[in-house]
Amino acid sequence: MLSTETSTVTRPAIRVDGLTKRFADRAAFEGLTFEVAAGEVFGLLGPNGAGKTTTVRVLSTLLPLTSGTAEVAGVALEAVNRPEIRRRISVMPETPGLYLRLTVRDNLEFFAGLYGLSRSEAQRRIEQNLALVGLVDRADDLAGSLSRGLLQRTALARALLPDPAILFLDEPTTGLDPVAAAAVREIIGGLRDRGATVFLTTHRLDEAERLCDRVAIVNTRLVSVGRPEELRRRLFRPALELRLGRALLEPAALFESIRGVNRWTNGLGTGVYVLDVTDPEATAPEVARAVVGIGASILRLAEIGRSLEDVYLELVEDEW
Amino acid sequence: MVPTVIRKEFREYRRNRFIVFTMAAMPVVVLLILVGETFALPERIPLAALRRPVGEALLFLQLIPVMLPTTIAAYAVIGEREQGTLEPVLTTPVTDRALLAGKAIAAVLPAVAISWLLYAVYVGLAQLFAPAVVVSQIWTLDQVVAMAVLTPALAAFAILVGILISLRSTDFRVAQQLAVLASLPVIGLVALVTFRVIRPSAALYAAAAGAVGLMAAGCWRLATGLFNRERLLTRFGS
Repeated sequence: MLSTETSTVTRPAIRVDGLTKRFADRAAFEGLTFEVAAGEVFGLLGPNGAGKTTTVRVLSTLLPLTSGTAEVAGVALEAVNRPEIRRRISVMPETPGLYLRLTVRDNLEFFAGLYGLSRSEAQRRIEQNLALVGLVDRADDLAGSLSRGLLQRTALARALLPDPAILFLDEPTTGLDPVAAAAVREIIGGLRDRGATVFLTTHRLDEAERLCDRVAIVNTRLVSVGRPEELRRRLFRPALELRLGRALLEPAALFESIRGVNRWTNGLGTGVYVLDVTDPEATAPEVARAVVGIGASILRLAEIGRSLEDVYLELVEDEW
Repeated sequence: MVPTVIRKEFREYRRNRFIVFTMAAMPVVVLLILVGETFALPERIPLAALRRPVGEALLFLQLIPVMLPTTIAAYAVIGEREQGTLEPVLTTPVTDRALLAGKAIAAVLPAVAISWLLYAVYVGLAQLFAPAVVVSQIWTLDQVVAMAVLTPALAAFAILVGILISLRSTDFRVAQQLAVLASLPVIGLVALVTFRVIRPSAALYAAAAGAVGLMAAGCWRLATGLFNRERLLTRFGS
């Protein structure tokens, strides 16, 4: 694990300490420790079998924990508190889990009833959430007649019905085509803007990067947790990629003479160099001047961008 | 929350052709059997000769509340699991008992209503078309008491057995067959009464209803005890 927590966590909506879940002899996950602040979109990333769904199931009281402690929506995760936690949270599982023989509205009315909403309040929230997910005109269609993307949007509307303190989304865009996935992501982005606390599991790193304030990377154990840019900074030193018209005759002599270049290596292709630097913005002009000074032609000089995917692969591959 | 579950179950039944067909077809078939068994009997038949046909007719009437809801009951939990609806339902504040009670009541009500309606239609038709001696055997205080108390007790027992099996089975058809099988001993007892091996009386039917009701209560206790969310969602748990 790279680090534990950042100073951004001030008012935890979820607090997990040494949480472990075992099925017989097999650990679904063990020793998880992290916090999720109220109003934060927190992503749990990991490969298949990393324990993401089981983590959601444990935190949402569906499965008992094996050891460790946790607090969800201000309530200790203990058997006696399960009903109270269920009143404060909402879960959208990986599969939409809708009654296909019922209409969209029937489905929402049923779940509104299970959350104990009065008839008038249920109707108000149903209309509000149908509008939010763009399904007002499909409200009286049978759920079985909807596409996977629309089912997922209905499931999201259902999850929002109780106005939960914490919304758990388990792989919300899995199995969706790019357009449907983008629509669901947009709705989740809207929730973040409204200050909702969202606990999201995904293996889509672009999605996590776009939606999450912080991410935890798990592989049955917590590998790392932090803001995506923090993880990038921790894992990767800043570097410049220099692409020249042709290879340098004496690159070592040139690069070692430039202030701010700590190390250099050959990149992929002829005339391509990767320069490890401390401050890319200050060093890039120095590099340009030095290279032009010896008469070489610069085709490209840019900071190497690291995506969350690079972070993920670096961390998860280390684990394997 | 129980009325919410009942309302949802009814909405699902209405749109499930298999359940609608079973609910509609089985009573019609049974009514035809009842009419065929008893309406063509001669007017001056000795009472002893009436025992078998009338006994069979009354037994069929008590089979309805046992057979009819097993489809629904067996599907109660397995169906939710197959549709993937169990997980979102279990994350809501609904209690295990409210969920099971809603499902059980939603299955008992149509089974009992259809049984009573069938009895009413049978007696009504018998008044018009059957020999008076037959009417005198089926429209009795004993039989009314049986329908009033034993029928609901049998339905509750059959449904709770079905739900119990549904909690531990993953295959709908196996659960349905096991539920019918588990109800057979009770049907055997009812058969002894209807065929006059045990002399029927209102008190006996009431006592039988009480006994079946107790068995149903035992099943309810067992079902709520066996309702384990971990086991329902994974293959683990007690």
